[in-house]
Amino acid sequence: MNQLELFGLIFVIVFFGLMLALAILSRTRPVRQFREIPAFTRLRHTIGLAVEAGNRLHLSIGRGNLTGPQSAVTFVGLTVLDRIARSTMVSDRPPVVTSGEGAITILSQDSLRGAARAIGAEFDPLRGRLTGLTPFSYVAGALPVIYDEDVGANLFIGSFGSELALMNEAGERAGSLTLAGTDNLSGQAVLYATAEEPLIGEETYASGAYLGGGAMHIASIRAQDILRWVIISLILLGALLKLVGVL
Amino acid sequence: MKAPFYVAIAMAIGLIVLLGYFLHLDILVNLRVVLLEWAVILSAVALLVGTANLFYVHWRKFTSAQPNGFYSAVLIISFVITLGVVGWFGPTHAYSMWIFNNIQVPIEGSLMALLTVLLAFAGVRLFRRKPNLMSILFIGTAILILFATGPLFGINLPGLSELRAWIAQVPAVAGARGILLGVALGTIATGLRVLMGADRPYGG
Repeated sequence: MNQLELFGLIFVIVFFGLMLALAILSRTRPVRQFREIPAFTRLRHTIGLAVEAGNRLHLSIGRGNLTGPQSAVTFVGLTVLDRIARSTMVSDRPPVVTSGEGAITILSQDSLRGAARAIGAEFDPLRGRLTGLTPFSYVAGALPVIYDEDVGANLFIGSFGSELALMNEAGERAGSLTLAGTDNLSGQAVLYATAEEPLIGEETYASGAYLGGGAMHIASIRAQDILRWVIISLILLGALLKLVGVL
Repeated sequence: MKAPFYVAIAMAIGLIVLLGYFLHLDILVNLRVVLLEWAVILSAVALLVGTANLFYVHWRKFTSAQPNGFYSAVLIISFVITLGVVGWFGPTHAYSMWIFNNIQVPIEGSLMALLTVLLAFAGVRLFRRKPNLMSILFIGTAILILFATGPLFGINLPGLSELRAWIAQVPAVAGARGILLGVALGTIATGLRVLMGADRPYGG
């Protein structure tokens, strides 16, 4: 094991320990409120409205490979699906999920099936759809869902590139709310300009905690905050030592 | 009893792959390689299932006379022809490559061109939606970089290319690194939650 790998392993163990400790502490101490992210406030409101008005929610989970680094943001998309499916499955129009990767399509169908089973609702496997396998064919396949299926809100949470702008534009033209988050840097720049409610940086990964996740979700957000300050301090210390000529 | 069983399998496999990455013990490394190979094979099978799903969604849309069912018919016909040509002649045959070069590439290129127009339009609309300092900074920087990268009428304003280089190398890189730091921490947190069974994107 080289130095870099050893540092990586220590970092993961510390992160894991912090998450566990904060989750245990949250049982005895009252948890402080998170800062408000307008996108999630509007989303909770829209979910309620969609159920009442009989509009459909459209969740798109992108085309991240589950065996690659994009898998984490894909799992976030699936967690969001799990949360919204349980609260909207009782609606006349259950949510529809689109993706650009076969494994994500199967997992999204599995989440929808689990939510339907939990509340005793009927499950339609075609609510989880693969719309295309290349970035633009995926977007072209998702556009008819946004235009033709009475969608009240679009949630694009997953691995997307700049092609996401076409879906945001379609959502805006259809008059539905668009909330979007991606792990891709150029995708984030594009969604800042085009999405009604963009999620930038780590905000996407906080989705689970903001949509009523458990103690572990909240603990992981707190652990991220603590470690971010540690990293910032180390960067500043490094810059200072470089400035005075020690490094 | 099914759910705890799925969770136990997922956690054990996740832990083996993670430890196999950091600890170079033969048994862990070999197990990690085998498990990742299985994952790649399963992904390929999932791709086939997904393609069948794509076909069936459009078949149902076409046969149940839903709005814009005509486009679903176009997709089904294209799907069958492409599958037939590539399946019969092979993916690198001239006929298969003709379909790719003369249909797939131009269509995706057109969408890319549409995207550039749409982004310019979105930039203007950003002022209307969020009329604040950040929007002015965002659009101002984008225009500055555009002018410095491709000078209008070939006119090079003095100092513009230096300013562009400074923006690209200092504030843009600093901002990108800040965002990437957040993304990396979020990625580790999500991975650990899946590993601990707090997030279960599997097993219903």
